[in-house]
Amino acid sequence: MSILVNKDSKVIVQGFTGKEGTFHSEQCIAYGTNIVGGVTPNKGGQLHLDKPVFNTVAEAVATTGATVSMIFVPPAFVGDAVMEAAEAGIELAVIITEGAPVKDMQMAKAHATKHGMKTLGPNCPGVITAEECKIGIMPGMIFKKGNVGLISKSGTLTYEGANQVCNEGYGITTAIGIGGDPIIGLSYKEILPMFEADPDTKAIVMIGEIGGDLEIQAAKLIKEQITKPVVAFIAGQTAPKGKTMGHAGAIVSGSAGTAKEKMEALEAAGVTVVVSPADIGKAIAKVLG
Amino acid sequence: MNIHEYQAKQIFAKYGVPTPKGIMVESVDAAVEAAKELGGPIWVVKAQIHAGGRGLGGGVKLAKSLEEVRELADEILGMTLVTHQTDAAGKLVQKLYIEDGADIQDELYLSVVLDRKLEMPLIMASTEGGMNIEDVAENTPEKIITIPVDPAIGFQGFHGRQLAFSLGITDKAEQRNIITFAQKLFKLYMENDAEMIEINPLVRTGAGEFLALDGKMGFDNSALGRQPEVSAMRDLTEEDADEIEAAKYGLSYVALDGEIGCMVNGAGLAMGTMDTINHMGGTPANFLDVGGSANAETVAKGFEIILKNPKVKAIFVNIFGGIVRCDRIANGIIEATKITDVNVPVIVRLDGTNAPEAAEILKNANIANLIVGDDLGDGAAKAVEAAKGN
Repeated sequence: MSILVNKDSKVIVQGFTGKEGTFHSEQCIAYGTNIVGGVTPNKGGQLHLDKPVFNTVAEAVATTGATVSMIFVPPAFVGDAVMEAAEAGIELAVIITEGAPVKDMQMAKAHATKHGMKTLGPNCPGVITAEECKIGIMPGMIFKKGNVGLISKSGTLTYEGANQVCNEGYGITTAIGIGGDPIIGLSYKEILPMFEADPDTKAIVMIGEIGGDLEIQAAKLIKEQITKPVVAFIAGQTAPKGKTMGHAGAIVSGSAGTAKEKMEALEAAGVTVVVSPADIGKAIAKVLG
Repeated sequence: MNIHEYQAKQIFAKYGVPTPKGIMVESVDAAVEAAKELGGPIWVVKAQIHAGGRGLGGGVKLAKSLEEVRELADEILGMTLVTHQTDAAGKLVQKLYIEDGADIQDELYLSVVLDRKLEMPLIMASTEGGMNIEDVAENTPEKIITIPVDPAIGFQGFHGRQLAFSLGITDKAEQRNIITFAQKLFKLYMENDAEMIEINPLVRTGAGEFLALDGKMGFDNSALGRQPEVSAMRDLTEEDADEIEAAKYGLSYVALDGEIGCMVNGAGLAMGTMDTINHMGGTPANFLDVGGSANAETVAKGFEIILKNPKVKAIFVNIFGGIVRCDRIANGIIEATKITDVNVPVIVRLDGTNAPEAAEILKNANIANLIVGDDLGDGAAKAVEAAKGN
């Protein structure tokens, strides 16, 4: 078992024939992801990486029965691509592209919600169910199959956390990078209950960042609904106030959204909070015994 | 990206949002000329820097004669303003805005910001204008009015009525004025991909009109590509030179006060690395995210920027290669040692994609001062130790 995606998920790629789309689609196919085709306007009818290319998402869905889309289109076209996927009946859009305008994402997410489509990202590494299905850009080889679910705002901390869990002799059910943009799709509050419901997931690693209050909401939810052990790290304890550290999400203003506040809220909810990301693996070993 | 008050007011004027008349100048003589052109009898001489709190810092003053305009312009132009929104070093005033004095009846507050929880813009208003709005929110939260506006429907009449009634505006002409004001402001917020607009104070004049006495605007950097007029307003002299230089190479750099230079891929891991260094008793000298497309050249540039800081006593390179390939980083480190004098210990931890190849490259290069870290914890500990011993 796993959450969101598995070896049977039928996946299309929007922005399939571009440089990034091509490189990462190849990697995903090599990992075992069931990529059934892709969409690039005006290239419909061609074959790319031995998969059919379609002009529209609607056509791709009608022909292949795809339910998941991995989006690699350039930033200015992300909003458009997400809305197209939503109207075509895609159930989950994984948006990898970095730098999509915030206004476009407001519109696109509202439209996706209206059509019952889940979104992940933008500006995220994607989702990986270990040794089954990778939809995104993470290095597949570090995710060994196991019983730890991982959710993170940061891409490289997803890798760091997963690597430590595996080095301790454990493994991953599904790992998800939710991205750190101001407007994102699925977040802790939707994904934590999925891990709770997944019988194979025995513990959860949650990695957050300064800025916003998603981790505070997560703490509340964990207290009320999550019975499985959670290990958490919040990046940015030493970040100075008022500075943006790469992610738009990582902005601290005033007292709201500080690492300290988030760590305290998570601790109060019974979460094992580590002060350094170097301790994630050891903490998992401890909670899983 | 942020812009100056005078630029925000240019955008306001384009959309018919009322502001006092004003002229931006860069010399004392031009300030006096501007004052003559505006006519008086009262002028406000305002420092133009990208930070709030200018009034308290002595950067905004009232002049009642042309002589006074000259004196104040001379005083403010070239001064270094320190406010609660600048760092301790302050900001040099290079531009002034000479503005007509306004007939102020009341001072209100109005802003438009993105509400990340609701995932839509929010109009925020208060009767407590002219004060630090964070203090108002802290001490008297009931005096902050918030009205979310769904961009799918835009600013509707009911939003406007809610705003007017919440601000206690009962006169019908005044209600019309504030509603039109807010409607135009929301339109320009959306059309310019603004991230935030803040007017503090928004004044009600004796005639029952509303004027933006101040104007702060910040924009979504991701949307600048489709906002050429806004992009043209960027003032590089207001930004950190090292950060700009780094950005040219796709590096995201922020200078800090510590001793250990950091070069990391990904914002989250970069912050996590700083946290780990700190936890082990060291102090990070900077945040530096080499991004997803790091190559030998960008890594070499990163070293150059880090080493410009004389406080740096060791450098910790912490890369978990996903898209970034570790062999490229290794080549970058070798490149850097050739073109810059790397005179401090460099602790390198490379993991992920092509890590074994990278280890081989570094081994063969035989660089003095290079210490290998086995993992994040080990690398950070060695960096802290190296900085202490240096």
